[in-house]
Order: sequence, then C-alpha cells, then structure tokens
Amino acid sequence: MSKTQAKNPQPEHRLDLLREIWKVLKHDKTALFGFIFILGIVAVAILAPIISPYGYSEQHILDSFQGPNTSFFLGTDEFGRDLFSRIIWGSRPALLVGVLSVLVSIGIGVPIGLLAGYKMGWVDRVVSWWVDVALSFPSILLGLMIVILLGPGIVNVALAIGISHVAQYVRLARGPTMAIRNLDFVMASKALGATDLRIAFGHILPNIVGPIVIMGTLSIAGAIRMEASLSFLGFGVTPPTPSWGNLIRDGVDNILQSPWMALFPGLALTFSVLAFNMVGDSLRDMFDPRAGLGKKKG
Amino acid sequence: MTEGPLPCRRRPFRPDRIMRMYTYAFKRILTAVTVMWAVASIVFLAMRLVPADPAMVVLGEHATAEALAAFREEMGLNRPLTVQYWEFIGGLAHGDLGRSLITNRPIADQIWSLFPYTLNLAISSTLIGAIIGIPLGVWAAIRKNTAIDYISRIVALAGFSFPAFYLGVLLLLIFSIQLGWFPVLHQIREGTLWEHIYKLILPALSLGLIQASYVTRLTRSSMLESLEEDWVRTAFAKGLKPNTVYFKHVLKNIMIPVITAIGLYMGTILGGAILTETVFNRPGLGKLLLGAIAQRDYTLIQSGLVVFSFIVVFVNLLVDLTYSLFDPRVKYE
Repeated sequence: MSKTQAKNPQPEHRLDLLREIWKVLKHDKTALFGFIFILGIVAVAILAPIISPYGYSEQHILDSFQGPNTSFFLGTDEFGRDLFSRIIWGSRPALLVGVLSVLVSIGIGVPIGLLAGYKMGWVDRVVSWWVDVALSFPSILLGLMIVILLGPGIVNVALAIGISHVAQYVRLARGPTMAIRNLDFVMASKALGATDLRIAFGHILPNIVGPIVIMGTLSIAGAIRMEASLSFLGFGVTPPTPSWGNLIRDGVDNILQSPWMALFPGLALTFSVLAFNMVGDSLRDMFDPRAGLGKKKG
Repeated sequence: MTEGPLPCRRRPFRPDRIMRMYTYAFKRILTAVTVMWAVASIVFLAMRLVPADPAMVVLGEHATAEALAAFREEMGLNRPLTVQYWEFIGGLAHGDLGRSLITNRPIADQIWSLFPYTLNLAISSTLIGAIIGIPLGVWAAIRKNTAIDYISRIVALAGFSFPAFYLGVLLLLIFSIQLGWFPVLHQIREGTLWEHIYKLILPALSLGLIQASYVTRLTRSSMLESLEEDWVRTAFAKGLKPNTVYFKHVLKNIMIPVITAIGLYMGTILGGAILTETVFNRPGLGKLLLGAIAQRDYTLIQSGLVVFSFIVVFVNLLVDLTYSLFDPRVKYE
C-alpha cells in the first residue's frame, strides 16, 4: 500500500475518490452487483415497518414451528413469530452495528496511526507495542471482554466491535504516513509554517483516505459477521430485538423441530457479508492490484 | 524478496549470522513475554472494572453482610488491588491460575482437562485448511483465468463471507438432520479414538473449510507473485519442465510465507472455536469461557481470557522463530 501511495504524492481530492469508486463500480460487475445488493439491504432496513408482513414480535402461538407456506413466507419460530419479518427487522442492527463500529475504529485508530507515523520515535514504539498486544487477542475475545464490561445492547456491541478493531486501523494509517511524511509537499508545508496537526490531518490524511475506505468497506463485512457471532453467543443484540445472530441461535436451539429457523437468517447474514466483501475486494484491486483476488492483473 | 542468492543454492556457514539469529530469538521471546504481561494486566483491570460485586454474584442478593465479608476474606477479594494484581501475575508465572469463584476448583485443572479438545479442533481445522487450500491455490495460479481459477476465487470469496458458525449450522443441517450421518450433539464422554475422530469431523470441517479459502487466496497470490520474478524466468529459460519449476522451485519458495500465515491464522481459529463449540455442543475452552461468563465466574473468565491469548502469543512466537530459522533471506534487525 505504501508503495502505491509513495508514487502518487499529489493530494487526492475527495471528489476524485468518489469518482474512482464509481469507475470501479461501473467496470466491475461483481462490485456493481454487491453495491446494488447493499442498497437493497439499506432499503429493506429503512422500510422494515412497511414491508414486513407481521410485527417482529407478533405471536401466532397456534402456528408455531411452521415451514415456509403461503401465510408465513419463511415459516415461524417457537412462538409462531413470522421468520421473514424477523429477518427483515434483523437487517437494522446488522447495518447499524456494521457502520457504527467501523466509524468507531476509524475515529480512534486513524488519528493514533497518523500520530505514530508522523512523530515516529518513542511515540511510535509505544503505539506499535500496543498494536502488537491488541492483535494478539483474537478479536472475538476482545469483543467479548468489552461486552462483558459494557453490557449487551446495540450501541455497546458497536463500541465493542469498533474498539476491538482499532489496532488494525492504527497499523493501516501508520505505514503510509511514515512513507509520506518525508515527501516534498510535506516538507514544503512545514517550511511554510504549518503546524503538525495541520500537516497530519490536512495534508497526510487526504492521501491515505483510499486504503481507509477500502478497509472500512471490508470491515463492515467483518463487523456484521462479528455482531452476528456475539448475538449468536448471547452477548450482542438480545431478544426480543431480532438480529441475524440471535435468530440463528434460536434456530440451533430448535434445530430438531424446524431446520428453517437456522437456515434463512444465516443466508441473509452470509449474502450481506458477501455483498460488502465484493465491493471491498474490487476497491482493493483498484488501489493495490497485487493483493486480493486479482481480477485485473492477477 | 528478490535479493540474495538463488533459493536452491546451499548457504555458506556464517557464524555472525547465527549469533544474530540468537539475539533475534532472544529479543523476540522478550517481546512475547512483555505482550503476555500486558494482556494479563489488561484482563485483570477489565475484570475489576466490571460493575458487579463477585461476592454478591456468588452468594446472591440476599446474602448477609457477614457472609459477604467472609467470602471476600476467603477469596482474597478485600485485599488491596496491587496485592491481588501481583498475586495474579505471580501465579500466572508459576502456572497457577487461581480458583473458580463458583466451584472453588483450581482453574488450571479445568483448563488442562478441556485444552486437548480445543487443541484437536484447532489443529485438525488447520490441517484441513492447508490440505485443501494449498493445492487449490497452486492449481489456480498455474491455470490462471481458467475455470479452476474462477472456482478458487468463488471459494475464496464465499469463505471470506461465510461466518464459520453458520457453516457449522449448515453442516449440522445437512449431515446430522437430513442425512443422519452424524449426531446432532457432539458431546464427548469416554469413547474410543474412532469416536473422538468421528465427533471431530463436522466441527473441524466448519472451521477448516473457512480457513481453506484464506489459504487458497494466499497461496494463489504468492504463487502468482513469485512466477513473475526473474529467477523463475531463468529457470524456464534454461529448459526446466514447467512442473519442475512450479513444484520444486516456486512452491518451495512460497511455502514459508504460506505456512507462516497459516500459523498466524491460529488466533482466528481459536476465536472461531468458541462459536463452533457452541454450535456443536462440543466441550472445550470456548464452552468453558462462555459458561464462566454466563455464571459470572470472574476468576474463571479472567484466566480463560488470559490463557486464550497466551496460546495465540505463543503460536505467533513459534511461527516467527521457525520462519527466521528456515528462510535464509530473513534479515535480523
């Protein structure tokens, strides 16, 4: 990543970045498909009260454990709640946690990475050591630990997932910053008397926005997956609020009565994660053709 | 990567290099120890920040003040934080993990009795990942832009998106519920070796198949990267058969980074084991930790978290050391 950045020292304008992303979407069918799918999920999440045929906690106790049929599109759970409606409502915590947690990681991680990469010296050594420490925790464990501290709930889960991925953003921001800080345009602004803060955020940050956006997109995929994992374990979004994770948990607990209950929420989860990964992957190919699946150059 | 002698040439004996290697190993071990210490400290602090009184949790809300005080006295919860901290760290250094708040049994015994289950799961998943991933990645790289390459990409992308626990659920639905080949509950009591393996298959597959996608992706991209290097062109130019170049030269070169990555992926596998053990109801460290959280057994949570991350740090250390041992191109700083 640092190599490509070093070759393009001219500051990137935000509009250019959007245009670049649009170019990728236009030429890459996979990315476009993923993008449209994401728009679809967002629409479903926003329109949940309108499009879901039943309320998410509406019980039809006589119709419990039904398979897919005409009145319940995807069947019902042990209380006779409509699975289709619950999956639709489950898109809300997934997206909310996905986006919120990535914002938390970026908000904390990028400034620290910028600082470490720009200041170097002991600041960098301390930060790098902490990054090593943080990365030696499997992220799900770190997330679990923070949820134990904060308690369950959508915002807390987003915080937990966000904080447990801060180290990755520190590392992401630190590398390119170290490469860019010695370039001429940084020297020039230093000579003009710009403060460190201004150089870091005004001049270096715009140059590393690209990798951050890619990582952000891929992180949303990871965060959705982790929200589902935590909710599956019972430490994330807790019932009665439906989340794909706790729906799968309900399904596993009732797997002998009704296999549908575990199957469908998982499909929603997997396809959503896949969509974000498709877009993220194509964006990564754009910035760094050697990594990733290598659709362009291999 | 391109620097240094051709990979097939025997390297000369260099005592200074060996000296530097020892220094590197020593430094690396020192770093690992400080990281472990930091992890233990963070976990210790985090558990003290939990807004709950362990004594109250164990004895219930209606416990008398005397009973609470006696319990705190017995478990050493009323001593100053620094004393508790040093006792915890000192205990860790001796392999003493303290006693469970709820059952009062030594935690180390519990962890040791369940460790083999999680270890078996982690190792067999890793093996499955390598056995499927490496050949598929090599094949995809050699036959770039053919059907097999596209299949490998789809596998990789799917593996990236499938939560391992959901794959476990699917395997359970297909092989246990529909086909009835495996039990639904993977609890293990006394059993023959075969029974242990039998109950390991589905859990290991659910983690291993996901890992296979990472390995495929990595093998493919490192292989493609190596294929563009000068020494590969030279090998082709001097008339070696393609298969000799691919398998004797290129594969040998990419094995080190690939195996390193597989080793480093161990942390994710261990994290995934928590979920997989829950899906399959399989005993292990993950189940132990979750049970501890559910019961709010803070000493057990504390030690469980520490042990989990110690394993990860240790595996990373091992990978780093062997990496530097086997790759003559590694430079020690």
